[in-house]
This record gives sequence, C-alpha cells and structure tokens, in this order.
Amino acid sequence: MSKSKLTRRGVLKTGAYAGAAGLATPIIFDGSVWADGHSGFTNAPTGDTVTLGFNVPQSGPYADEGADELRAYELAVEHLNGGGDGGMIPTFSSKTLDGTGINGKKVEYVTGDTQTKSDAARASARSMIEKDGAIMITGGSSSGVAVAVQALCQEAGIIFMAGLTHSNDTTGKDRKANGFRHFFNSYMSGAALAPVLANAYGKDRKAYHLTADYNWGYTTEEAVVQATEGMGWETVNAVKTPLTQTDFSSYIAPVLQSGADVLVLNHYGGNMVNSLTNAVQFGLRDKEVNGKNFEIVVPLYSRLMARGAGANVKGIFGSTNWHWSLQDEGSKAFVKSFGTKYGFPPSQAAHTVYCQTLLYADAVNRAGSFNPCAVAEALEGFEFDGLGNGKTLYRAEDHQCFKDVLVVKGKENPTSEFDLLEIVEVTPVDQVMYAPDHPQMGGAEATLGECNPGA
Amino acid sequence: MDAIILQILNGLDKGSAYALIALGLTLIFGTLGVVNFAHGALFMIGAFCAVTLQRLLGSSRTIVDETQKDFLGNPLKVEVPYVHDWFGPEMGASIIAWSVPLAILFAIPIMMFVGFAMERGLIKHFYKRPHADQILVTFGLAIVLQEVIKAFYGANPIPTPAPPALTGAFDFGAMIGFDPNTIIYPYWRLIYFAFAAFVITAVFAFLQFTTFGMVVRAGMADRETVGILGIDIDKRFTMMFAIAAVVAGLAGVMYTPINSPNYHMGMDFLVLSFVVVVVGGMGSLPGAVLAGFLLGILESFASMAAVIDLIPGINQIIIYLVAIVILLTRPRGLMGRRGVMED
Repeated sequence: MSKSKLTRRGVLKTGAYAGAAGLATPIIFDGSVWADGHSGFTNAPTGDTVTLGFNVPQSGPYADEGADELRAYELAVEHLNGGGDGGMIPTFSSKTLDGTGINGKKVEYVTGDTQTKSDAARASARSMIEKDGAIMITGGSSSGVAVAVQALCQEAGIIFMAGLTHSNDTTGKDRKANGFRHFFNSYMSGAALAPVLANAYGKDRKAYHLTADYNWGYTTEEAVVQATEGMGWETVNAVKTPLTQTDFSSYIAPVLQSGADVLVLNHYGGNMVNSLTNAVQFGLRDKEVNGKNFEIVVPLYSRLMARGAGANVKGIFGSTNWHWSLQDEGSKAFVKSFGTKYGFPPSQAAHTVYCQTLLYADAVNRAGSFNPCAVAEALEGFEFDGLGNGKTLYRAEDHQCFKDVLVVKGKENPTSEFDLLEIVEVTPVDQVMYAPDHPQMGGAEATLGECNPGA
Repeated sequence: MDAIILQILNGLDKGSAYALIALGLTLIFGTLGVVNFAHGALFMIGAFCAVTLQRLLGSSRTIVDETQKDFLGNPLKVEVPYVHDWFGPEMGASIIAWSVPLAILFAIPIMMFVGFAMERGLIKHFYKRPHADQILVTFGLAIVLQEVIKAFYGANPIPTPAPPALTGAFDFGAMIGFDPNTIIYPYWRLIYFAFAAFVITAVFAFLQFTTFGMVVRAGMADRETVGILGIDIDKRFTMMFAIAAVVAGLAGVMYTPINSPNYHMGMDFLVLSFVVVVVGGMGSLPGAVLAGFLLGILESFASMAAVIDLIPGINQIIIYLVAIVILLTRPRGLMGRRGVMED
C-alpha cells in the first residue's frame, strides 16, 4: 500500500486553492490598474465573452409568451454577434452596435424558467447571477414576477431589463435604480384608450370593471377608471376576481343587472380569454342597455392571447405596445428577420425583449463598461429611434420608456391566424406622458434609490 | 330575486362539471379503493379529444394564392380543409363547426382506452399500497399527462366554439315573467346541464338495473364474498375505471365551448372535486352528485357583488368553509356510509 500523501481529495484541494488564487489575483490588480471601471461590480466579465440571463416563463400559463420572448432573445444575440441580417441594428438610431458582440465581447446567454411565479423567478435569476455569472437579467411576463426580480437584481448589483410587464408599479412605486422598462404601462393604456373610447362609444357611459386580483390588475383598473371618468364616464362597480378563476359566469351575470353599458376586463392571459369568452356567451355584446349597445373593453391586448379567445375579440378595443403590421423601417426589419427565421410574425412580448437586449448592449458600448452604474447612466435620458415605436425616451427619473401607444381593435375579417388586431390609432407620446411623481406611480415617495454595482 | 335565480342557473353548469368528475372519482374509490388524483387529468384529456377532433376535421392541404400576400410579402398560403373537398365548402364548414358534439362519439373509445390502460398499466399495482402512495402516483401521473398535452398543444387556451346554432343566449327572465334582459342564460350551458343529468342518470341506471351493475355494487359492498362466489370482480372493476374515465372525459368534451381548454384545466377542477367527494361522503354516488350541485350553486352565490361587499374574499373560501362546517357536523359527509376509509 502506498504511503504517498497524494490523495484524490488532496489534489482537488490544492487545485481549488490554486484556482482561487489565480482568479483572485488578477481582480486585485485590476482594481488598481483598470481605473476605468472594468471591475468592482458583480460578475465583471473577465474573458472574451459576456453572459446575459434570460429569465422567461418556460412552463405554466404564460409558457407560449415565454417561448416567443426566448426566440427574440436568441435572435438578438445572433444579431449582436454579427449573425443573420442584423434585424433592427441597422435601423436603430444609435450606431455603436457593429456585430462584434457587446463592448467587443462575444455574447453568450443562459436561460431560466420563471414559471410565472415570483419565488421561482427569483430563484432562477439568483442561480443565473451566482452560478452562471450573468451580467444582466432580463425577462417577463407578469408584473408580479418583474417587480420581484427587479428588487433582487437591485440587491445583487445587476441590471434588470424588464420584459413584458405592464403594471404601473414596475417603474412606479416599486421602481429601482438598476431596473429599466421598455414596455408601456397601465397609465399609458388608460390615457391612450379613453379618448378613443369616448369617441367611439360616447361620453355618457356607465362602466363595470372586472379586475384580476394582483398588482397589475389594480393599477390598470385605477388608470382606466381615472382616464375614462375624466372623459365623463361613470364607474358603476369594480369587482376583483381571483387570478385562478377559470369560469367567470358568476361575475358576468351581475353586470347586466348593474345598469352598466360597458364592461372593462382588466384581465390578461388565460383570465382574459375566459372572461371575454364568458361575456360573449352571455350575450352581452348583443344587448342594449340605457338605449346604447353594450360594449366590452380589454385594456391590454396580446395577440397570442387573442388567439385563445377566437372570434370573440372582433371589434373589441384595447391597447398594445407594438404590432407586427406597423410599417416603419424598424418594425419591418424586425418582422422580416423574425418571420424568416421562425415562420410567423413576432408578438409584442418578442419585440419588447429584443429592443431591451439591443438597448442594453448599446448602453454598455456607449458607457465603455459593463459596470451597472455606468450602464444605467448611459440609459438614463437616452433618446432613440428606429426600434419600431418611433422616437422614444428612456426617462431618467423612473427608467420608463416614453413612446407612442397603439390603440387596437379585434379585426372583423382576419386574413390569417396572425391577423387578429388592427391598429385604430397611434396615440402620440405627449398624450400618455405623466410626471414622475404622479399619484398612480407611487407619488413623491417613489424613488429609484441608489444605483448598486454590487461587489 | 332575479339575481338569485341567475346565480342558481350559473351554479348548475359548474355544479354539473363538479358532479360528473366527483361521480367518476367516487366510482373509482368505491370499487377499487383508490384515491385517483389523475381524475382531473382525465377531464382535461376529454377536452383535448374535442380539440383533436377539431384539428383532425380541419386538417388541410395548402394551396398558394398568388393574388394575396402574407406578412413577409410572399404569396399567401391558404389552407383548404379536406372536408371542404369531400363534402363541398358549405357542408364541410358545418362539419367542422359541429366538432364539439361530434367529439362525444370520438372521445368515448379514446377515454375507455385511456382508462383501461391507466388501470391495467399503473394503478393496479397500487391496490395493496397505502392511500398516500396511491395519491402520489396518481398525482404524478396527472402532472405527466398535463406536460404531454402541453408539449403537443402549447400552454395557451385553444378556442373550441359550440356549433353556431347553439351559441348565443336566451332570455330566461322574460320567459318566467321578469323584466327582459335581467336573466340571460347561454344555450350551451343549459345543454351542458341536460347532458350531465343524462350521463348521471345513465350511470345510475346502469348500476341499478343491469346484472353487471348489480355485481359491481355487490363487489363494492363486500369484495371478498363476491370473489368467493366465483366472480372475477377485478375485471368488472377495471371496466368501472374505464367508465369513470369516460364520464370525466365527456364532462371535459362538453365543457370546451364554456371555457377554452388548456393543459391546466384538470387541476382547477380536481381539488374542488375532491372537496365535493368529501362533502358528499366518501364512496356515496348520490352524495357526490348532490354535493357537486350544492357547492357549484354556493360558489355562484358567493361571487355576487352584494355578498362580496358584505364579506370580502368569501368567493374564494366559501367551498372550503362549507366543507369544514359539514365535516364538523357530519364527519362522514352528507351521505357517507360507515366504515369507508375508517379502518
């Protein structure tokens, strides 16, 4: 039997010490040598690659949206690394992206599954940050998830580029210095929809709200109630419905007896599909109340979800962040690029996450550093164009993008399974603008806090 | 008053679904002694039988229409369903429109097979194991089935409308002398209720008036004695499992026009159906049906705005609250028998 002290465990230990020393030493030196800020923050990239973390629902009720987001992320990475036709990079007004990755580093990515649950989303974001060394986390869908992951990224010193999240809270009362949102929000939906609704249905209307019982539902209800009441509408009742509800008949039935002549469904996803289907089943759209046709409104539309409701969406107004039928150069380039690769047009979820990835990459290039605080500074107050929404501002005070909002309507005669919505109006950005300390956004107490670069 | 009638009507269709699922659960529990957590998944598979038939009937060949353009500017590909070729466009379209009722015929053999395969392939190995094991394995099976369906059909709800002739709603209030437009009820929900009543009656009649049913009932009461008499009771019980699967599946097929089916719909019904079974009394078929309708109607009432204003959140807990009260006052449930799950 050998008496050698060279055991397997011993070798591993030595290796680990050496590895740790090897890793640690350059960082100590970097701190002093690289004075321009290439270290001193969480997951500072050391090699010639940089890792992004895509945190999307890959299971659960929003899995199809998550899948579409993931497609767009993969497309964005391909374009950033110089592959494909470049998508919206040529149309993007900022010209720092040249197909050599981000800041000269090739882009790699890891994905996580949020399951549309806050705790699962935080766990997968944490794993991507700690285990995979992700420098930035991005993803959606669901505002509950976005707010939770944004807070985690703030603590960890990571930039969070929100995906599909529409609640005011994300850049309102729960805004964070490390978090940024390209998608529009409840306030903007209300402000854009109200004039169109008043125009189409008149100013003397009684509205009944059914609202999903979580933060997105509350802010959407508040926004639509305030905007429509500003137009002269009256709000008869607003009832919260459990997020897990599948049959809405017992909530729909009382609507008829309330004297209301408009039903506003502050629902998203499966809730929206079911409540809208039930409302149509109960013949609400064929009714006449107070001498007017009964109408239904869905403040936030999603084409993927509209498919589930089938013919029931015809003629129903709503709002959306982006639609593939837009004819500006950016949208056309993105639809072509995405459509050629995957065979169908991208959803608004795909569009917003693609934009977010490009915006992050461009901000890093302009800042010349991956340091979250430098990136945040580059994004704050950044004005850009060519990403499908026209002139857009990333406002410094709340890290919310301000751009035109689309008011859409379920199409009466769709020509294909993708052709479900038609654009009724492009509401100019001035009309959906609000002060950073707007009461719906958490008032004066809501602040970004300090940017956190982490360790 | 009209609001109350409306909520009773609303409770009927939901109660019908609960009753059908709970009936199957009770059949399985009463015969095989297995607590089947995969029963919600059977309901969901039934619903996807309707989706599958709709897709099969709509299966099509692609022709390229040069006059129209798709979203990339290429010539539009138009799908022409084969049934349009075979029966003409009009007849073909109406065949597709009637896919949900047609799916009843389609679902019966499939659900029979699924039930049979489930019982013979997996569940029979768990008869002698504790209830906890049975719950775990059937729950696991439910998750597997769910994920399989999701892999094939995606996570989003799939619209499966009722035939055009049966959509729309009628003014029930005006028929019984209330103001028009106060009590509106969709046709399809009424059909669902009638269908459920028919299936429930058929199951009871089958058990009550056929020799097969008599043997099954005897087996439920005293399995050993029936076995000693030389009857292969296991075979009959396998049949009962398949029948229970068909009942759940048909409940699912007919439910698709009410709510667009998605892979998760079984779980939504499963938990409530277990509450229904417990409230009705473990092993009692009439109890399951009675409790199904009772809880369906109660749930509807609890969702009335007036009730929610009085007790916020009552709509989400009413069923469990009632279950607690009933179990405290009648520990065996409404119509439970002595000795079930008490050994």
